Amino acid sequence: MMTFIKLFYEFLKTGLFSIGGGLATLPFLKDMAQKYPWFTSHQLTDMIAISESTPGPIGVNMATYAGFKAGITEGGILSGLFGSFTATFALVLPSVIVIIIISKILEKFRKSKTVDDAFYGLRPASAGLILGAMLDVFISALFFGDKLDEIINVFDIVNIFNFKAIILFLVSFILIMKLKKVHPILFILGGCIFGIVFR
Amino acid sequence: MKILIELFIAFAKIGVCTFGGGYAMLPLIKREIVENKKWAQEEEIFDYYAIGQCTPGVIAVNTATFIGYKVKGVSGAFAATAGVVFPSFVIISAISAFINRFSHIAVVQDAFNGIRVVVCALVLNAVISMVKKGVKDVLTFFIMLVIFALVAVFSINPVFAVLASAIIGIIAGKLGFRKDKAKQ
Repeated sequence: MMTFIKLFYEFLKTGLFSIGGGLATLPFLKDMAQKYPWFTSHQLTDMIAISESTPGPIGVNMATYAGFKAGITEGGILSGLFGSFTATFALVLPSVIVIIIISKILEKFRKSKTVDDAFYGLRPASAGLILGAMLDVFISALFFGDKLDEIINVFDIVNIFNFKAIILFLVSFILIMKLKKVHPILFILGGCIFGIVFR
Repeated sequence: MKILIELFIAFAKIGVCTFGGGYAMLPLIKREIVENKKWAQEEEIFDYYAIGQCTPGVIAVNTATFIGYKVKGVSGAFAATAGVVFPSFVIISAISAFINRFSHIAVVQDAFNGIRVVVCALVLNAVISMVKKGVKDVLTFFIMLVIFALVAVFSINPVFAVLASAIIGIIAGKLGFRKDKAKQ
């Protein structure tokens, strides 16, 4: 029982203080790996890989996985599931409360000129933030970063381009622009098949 | 009750289709919430994303809570949040219970090499429409460029970026620097 209370407390803290996206939970998980026998920091690396290669928000995936590992130290699969639930619920609770409060305030002041001005500044910032945060993902998806060290002469630069990925990127981008009615999941499915067929 | 179930299902659908974190969710939210269900307008989604950056918690969850609250108050907020979390919960529990070293399976890796590229294209497409809606004059263009550079090159904390741009927006409004049409 103590494990679940600690699990709830730790993830509540994580949910309250990790600001700005899924991987912001990482420092908190590292701290947990040191403090508790739930999982090791080596398992944490696996956790990140799994979270990134399964659907769903990364922060939530990490909480579910960590909760399961922690819960299972108390018993079988059922207590693992209860651990998953506890960690996920605790992670989400603070932000749900904060967002509900913000929504209530926004509702009241939506018409105010100051709020409108604030959003005038926020909207382009939001676009810049997403592009900035996605840049790493773009680069790692379209280029071979590890080949950078192997560059000996100018012609080796060609090797850092992942041509297969770049072609897939261009083709899918054009299709996405043209076929606005097609659901995004079909493109994702297409990417999945492409990845397996042209491995 | 019906609307709560609808919220749960819509966000569960978004949760299942989201690979690679909250930003990858943007194209799906646009499709399901803005175009299909018409629960919110595109601009509102961008506002939620911006606020979601500087409030605690996972961005995907924050956005779900916002839209759920807008549609059906506090119970809607909880239904949407439960929906967006549910697929991860099921999938991750199953993986941690039965499959060891899931991400090391060759087929999984190949599939994700393809998925990652397509997600990039989807996100780029969504950001382009975001730029069209948000960048309306020189100042907003400048804000976008500077924030992008600060995040990409100097990895500044998004909280500061968001607060600073909101303050710039307010000052610009007060001083009459806004050149977009929305200004009366």
